[in-house]
Amino acid sequence: MDIKDVENLAGLARIELLEDEKKDLLQDMESILDYVKIIEKIDVQHSVLDNGYCNIWREDEVMPREFSKELITEQFPDKQEGFLKVKKIL
Amino acid sequence: MIDLDSLTIAKARALLDKKEFSAVDLAKTYLAEIKKKNKELNAYLEVFDDVLDQAKIADDRIAKGESFPLLGIPLAIKDVILIKGRKVSAASKILENYTASYDATIITKLKKQGAVFLGRTNMDEFALGSSTENSAYGVTKNPYDLNRVAGGTSGGSAAAVAGNLALAALGSDTGGSVRQPSAFCGVVGLKPTYGKVSRYGLIAAASSLDCIGPIAKNTEDTQIIFDAIQGYDISDSTSVPDNFHSKISQKKELIIGVPWDLINQNGIDSGVQEDFKKAVKNFESSGYQIKDIKLPNCIALYYIINFAEVSSNLARFDGVRYGLHKDGQNLLEDYLLTKGAGFGKESRRRILLGTYVLSAGYYDAYYGKAQTAREFLRQKFKELFSQVDLILTPTSPVPAWKIGEKSDPLSMYLADIFTITANIVGAPAISLPSGFMEAENKKLPLGIQLMASSEQEGLLFEAGKKFETIV
Repeated sequence: MDIKDVENLAGLARIELLEDEKKDLLQDMESILDYVKIIEKIDVQHSVLDNGYCNIWREDEVMPREFSKELITEQFPDKQEGFLKVKKIL
Repeated sequence: MIDLDSLTIAKARALLDKKEFSAVDLAKTYLAEIKKKNKELNAYLEVFDDVLDQAKIADDRIAKGESFPLLGIPLAIKDVILIKGRKVSAASKILENYTASYDATIITKLKKQGAVFLGRTNMDEFALGSSTENSAYGVTKNPYDLNRVAGGTSGGSAAAVAGNLALAALGSDTGGSVRQPSAFCGVVGLKPTYGKVSRYGLIAAASSLDCIGPIAKNTEDTQIIFDAIQGYDISDSTSVPDNFHSKISQKKELIIGVPWDLINQNGIDSGVQEDFKKAVKNFESSGYQIKDIKLPNCIALYYIINFAEVSSNLARFDGVRYGLHKDGQNLLEDYLLTKGAGFGKESRRRILLGTYVLSAGYYDAYYGKAQTAREFLRQKFKELFSQVDLILTPTSPVPAWKIGEKSDPLSMYLADIFTITANIVGAPAISLPSGFMEAENKKLPLGIQLMASSEQEGLLFEAGKKFETIV
């Protein structure tokens, strides 16, 4: 791992990092990843990942939900006529 | 004057119903304590300005003859649980001015009972840490020694209960965040069975591990709050209906498993070991059978899953719809600047680590392997709980450490060794105060942890109450 990897991960996670924090992060990440690597050695005795988990769906019916629309729209960073306004993406 | 030191929820209930004091009197007493101590302890990030109004409503309901276990009882709420119209920040700069637009399900339940919310308590940012030192709003201090941490991540809640700044509190527990601060502050903390308490309205840290749990002065109070907040909730897809887990047939004489090899290893404080051995003897003398068991060290497994889930949960804080917004030249710059300015050090660290373990080249080696190991562990625990009813360990390998002492993140992760297992397998666990150890002329509280199989909270309460009579 080097500074380039840290920068790449930060780019993927959309976080701007300060120059002097990159070195610290690299050091921390190296020692943490070095530790959690012991997961490789855990013997799971051919156990397979079959936990029976599935998505939980509900019927597509309207249910009352108590929430405040005003509190939501008030907190939009930018808005126009009650709608959230965002910067163009293309 | 109300004597807060000896007051419990059960006692307060009786006195409120007998009109020995009113909910307003009780709230005023706590507000006075908060005013006196909070500046130093930093347990609360905000004390609500309508506490007395809430208490007045409770008094009116009591006058009408209503009685609920929590009617008029003053509680502290961790700053990660949504109360409609109030600020909630997860102790992060990125949500500094965020106001909740709805009530968490547990808040709805507590409001129905008429509980009084005193304020929101300090925590590690987004519930990531073990000492509340990762809060964007300063560390919470331990009421027993102001040079030491109160534990984390629910450090504010535990310190509030221990320091008489609330009668009880709510916290959240992803890897020990209710139990460990409870141990550090000498109070009781419960992590319920996964899915037993609705998380609708809880700001997520790691979704397959997170649980909401109570912190209180004794087991009975803990049980009162658990009973009030538990139950299936259609708004939380991971919530489980009653009797979801197969019941294990009850034996006459309960067996407690103790993983001695984990407890006798290096790195476990000798004061903790000594206190623990006393606790084991106490359980033995009150009729429990003790059995030596083997438990694996799960820290690597836990943290890989935690990083992965935290990184995807925190991705939603992007400055687009709510929270901090930093304006750049384009949308990408908005994201970079907002996240760069809003997330603290530990959050950034875990987001990057999670991004790493989930990236295409490493997914199988880290996250995939951790998931398989987790399933393996779950099966092992099922077997284990057919041989023992409870598992006993210390809650933490060390007592509360000094503020700033654990600056290396890995050393702090390693202190979670006893608590994370319950989150990995989804089992309930309780931390009980077990005694004190002396350090630099200060008495530091210690805690023991009991774990049971899923939905067996009843066994924990029973054992807790028994233990309280001997300690």
